[in-house]
Amino acid sequence: MFDWLTPEARAAVLLSLKVSVWATVVSLPFAIAIAHGIARRAGWVWQAVNGIVHLPLILPPVVTGYLLLLTFGRKGWIGQWLDQWFGIVFAFKWTGAVIAAAVMSFPLMVRAIRLAIEAVDPKLEAAAGTLGANRLWVFGTVTLPLIVPGIIAGAILAFAKAMGEFGATITFVSNIPNQTQTLPSAIYAFLQVPGGDVAAARLVAISVVVALTALVASELVARRVARLIAGN
Amino acid sequence: MIEVALSHRFAGFALEVAFTAPGGVTALFGHSGSGKTTVVNAVAGLLRPDRGRVVVGGRVLADTDAGVFLPTHRRRVGYVFQDARLFPHLTVRQNLTYGRFFAPKGGEDFDRVVDLLGVGALLSRRPGGLSGGEKQRVAIGRALLSNPALLLMDEPLAALDEPRKAEILPFLETLRDVTRVPILYVSHSLAEVARLATTVVLLRGGQVAQSGPVAEVLADPASAAVVGPREAGAVLSVTVSGTPGEDGLTRLDSPGGPLWLSGITAMPGQALRLRIPASEVILSRAAPQGLSALNILAGRVGAIEAEGADAMVRIDLGGVDPGQGGGQAILARITRRSVAALGLEPGAEVHAIVKSVALAGHI
Repeated sequence: MFDWLTPEARAAVLLSLKVSVWATVVSLPFAIAIAHGIARRAGWVWQAVNGIVHLPLILPPVVTGYLLLLTFGRKGWIGQWLDQWFGIVFAFKWTGAVIAAAVMSFPLMVRAIRLAIEAVDPKLEAAAGTLGANRLWVFGTVTLPLIVPGIIAGAILAFAKAMGEFGATITFVSNIPNQTQTLPSAIYAFLQVPGGDVAAARLVAISVVVALTALVASELVARRVARLIAGN
Repeated sequence: MIEVALSHRFAGFALEVAFTAPGGVTALFGHSGSGKTTVVNAVAGLLRPDRGRVVVGGRVLADTDAGVFLPTHRRRVGYVFQDARLFPHLTVRQNLTYGRFFAPKGGEDFDRVVDLLGVGALLSRRPGGLSGGEKQRVAIGRALLSNPALLLMDEPLAALDEPRKAEILPFLETLRDVTRVPILYVSHSLAEVARLATTVVLLRGGQVAQSGPVAEVLADPASAAVVGPREAGAVLSVTVSGTPGEDGLTRLDSPGGPLWLSGITAMPGQALRLRIPASEVILSRAAPQGLSALNILAGRVGAIEAEGADAMVRIDLGGVDPGQGGGQAILARITRRSVAALGLEPGAEVHAIVKSVALAGHI
């Protein structure tokens, strides 16, 4: 596959796919938990959480990347600790790209899931309670199945966003070919050298195809699930 | 045995309610805003009262003084909501068995409940395609199959049209007769209360106006003020004493004498419950002669409650001996002028001419 790409470009595409899948999968449980909290609980704590989660959406991506570097870098207050105790390093590693992509796509994911949770009638959850289900069971057997379309939509949106993440990623993990060079970073790199436009154009085409596929797939899956739930 | 004592304050509304109820169906009756649903929600644990105590079958579900407040899922109350609230993503079968997973073993048999409610043909369908009546039957089954210690029903028929109500009422009647689970039934329809309830609690403005056995409470002239003069009326227990005659009328025996009713399908010897609206009763001091009315009951005036130009009169059935009627009584709504003209006072012998009677249900 991708014979028509240079090895460097091919590595960038595969890395972006890997990073995006990981970022989506890892952030999904957190996104569901936080979306549930924001949708179903009142109080300033959840208001604050809501604000923090949405920060990457409005901050310049470079700023987010720099803050990640300050936090998870070798000298960062979490990064230092992770390095000393577990030997885990994020800065300038593909795992760092996962963190950057996850943080940047998180607000989109939370937003989609939150909207789905708000659409679930709390009366159904109360009914499940009267039948003997505790909070966790109510969530698992009533809320969760009913928000599956929202989760799928949120996950695919986040995946597409992760595929295109550039600013925070390049700031946090740089643009090292075959190591931390994601698809957008590769496009950027090709555009910096004379005669690189053809290679860049090929990657642009791939980006467009991936994004469109994700969009169509999410629409189809969400529709199918909604039909299943409606019972027709 | 259910014991409820609650005190709760909302903005602009104070609830102060206490009642006990034996088994069977206890109806919470009152007009909208009287606090019925609040009581049921507090019993279910969906609302935390400022103060209160709820005991069901000796089990304390809540006692704010002792700091006890069981969460809803540990109360074992099956709740049938006005809107069925079936889980849309589950089949009817999965809805019905949802509570089983959490309930202690025992309780009603699945097949028996499915039979009783006539939902066998719906098991593999999803709630989305069911009619209102079907949904409500499934909701009743779902609550019943969670092996509850108490069934709560919050106006389960209010959202349904008349034909659907007529479809569900017999199921509720059977349910009352075959299950040992006590039922707390919220309603603002006196016809439903008369048909189903063993005990009734009349609520008005967040307080208990009256409570007790349904026949006793509804025959009390004071209850008319809560129920409303148009709806007020007693419930009378009678026995079928024959098969329909050539003219289609069946004789029913009551302590005040025989009543004749058409359309009775019950067998001789069976007990029936009749509802006699107070506004359908005319009183006469002398034994009436030459009237077209067939149903004339004899009794004595028990109590008179006057309000405005009208008066509610309780007639204790059973003629001369007060104990003879077994405590059964009916209500008559007449004018105060008539009370004076007839010289009605407690103890006076009267004949009650009943213009129309409704069959409320089987006992």
